[in-house]
Amino acid sequence: MKTVEEIKAAILAAVPGAGVTVVQNPGPAAQHSLLLDAAHAVAVAKFLRDDAELNLDFLSNVTGVDWPDKEIAEKVKVTKQVEKEVDGALTTVEETVEETRKHVQPGYLEVVYHLFSMEKKHGPVVLRMRTGNRSDQVTLPSFTPVWRSADFQEREVFDLYGVVFEGHPDLRRILMWDEFKDHPMRKDYVDPDDFEYEPTAHDEVLKRAQAHQEKVAAAMEAGQ
Amino acid sequence: MAVDQNLKIELGKQGVFVTTIEELYNWGRKNSVWPMNFGLACCAIEMIATTMARYDLARFGAEVFRPSPRQADLMIISGTVTKKMAPQVVRLYNQMGEPRYVIAMGACAISGGPFKQGYNVLKGIDRYIPVDVHIPGCPPRPEALLEAFMTLQKKIDEQSLTGEGRPRHLDAEAMGEFPVPDLGEHDLEPASNKGVWDVPVVIR
Repeated sequence: MKTVEEIKAAILAAVPGAGVTVVQNPGPAAQHSLLLDAAHAVAVAKFLRDDAELNLDFLSNVTGVDWPDKEIAEKVKVTKQVEKEVDGALTTVEETVEETRKHVQPGYLEVVYHLFSMEKKHGPVVLRMRTGNRSDQVTLPSFTPVWRSADFQEREVFDLYGVVFEGHPDLRRILMWDEFKDHPMRKDYVDPDDFEYEPTAHDEVLKRAQAHQEKVAAAMEAGQ
Repeated sequence: MAVDQNLKIELGKQGVFVTTIEELYNWGRKNSVWPMNFGLACCAIEMIATTMARYDLARFGAEVFRPSPRQADLMIISGTVTKKMAPQVVRLYNQMGEPRYVIAMGACAISGGPFKQGYNVLKGIDRYIPVDVHIPGCPPRPEALLEAFMTLQKKIDEQSLTGEGRPRHLDAEAMGEFPVPDLGEHDLEPASNKGVWDVPVVIR
């Protein structure tokens, strides 16, 4: 089968203007993937399915990944003008000082597709798509019109991660009930507090059970 | 009114059978407990095995699994009760006619089991409906279900037809319908039925 770089070149030849980036996998598996831009993703998917050489006719897996906002601390060497006493007189001296600078790398939601070819018996080709952020720009194009097997798995990603798939024929929750508001697989999900009875609590559970008891006690006091 | 056991045996030898209405009534009830044909997870496989020839639940008069709650006396909660499924389980229980009994089979049904700390599994069906027999195990072996069934039969046999502990169908004051929880925005509402399940006091 073609390497990811060759596939990328084939995509760029077939779909002009498509944004394709190779995401390297540094591990021993070296299973590199292709990051697609949302605007051209469906055209690229159709090309991958219909191209005579690749013929990726089977979508085996859809995965959601949540990348929360990440705070990155960097140590930077900065040259500064510092006033110093040298031999009893104030003089300005240039000095290199190490500073830690923090900046927040914005998070996003990612969807990963694994493609195989039943006809040519090769694969997988891994595709990725990323949303703009984790709150209001969570729309991505759906691959269900291209591969029918994406249907339930995209619904699951919608249910548990909150990625909205544009063009999906029936985008409803699949595991949780329709009235449910949260997305449980996101890193910042807070579970319902039903820790009122933990007969053998330990470690993390013990902390949560104690937090529950304190909350109940505080509510009792406020009520009286 | 209890009959003296020795006198009963002596009369039996002479061909005279003495009993009480209570004894006869409970004997009939305990030997024709029809379970509901309903399983939730892997425990249901063990329940099915229990009904088959090797373990043969029919020996206890419980071979008729009824596919309708209207005709069933016993609900075997065999498996994980997810929060999405819990309202349906309570609704099925409400549709059963009195007298009705519940066996909570396996770790999930009695407490949530390995999924106890999950966001999607109910921590024990006894939060919403009264449970007569709890069976631990993951899943419990068919022998454990038979043991639970025999425990239930013993419980039925010991029920008095009058007074405090009488069966619910003979008690006009007894709670008939149990509130079905709503599927809320974050969790089931309420998280447990008042009067059915009170938070046990944990002594640490």
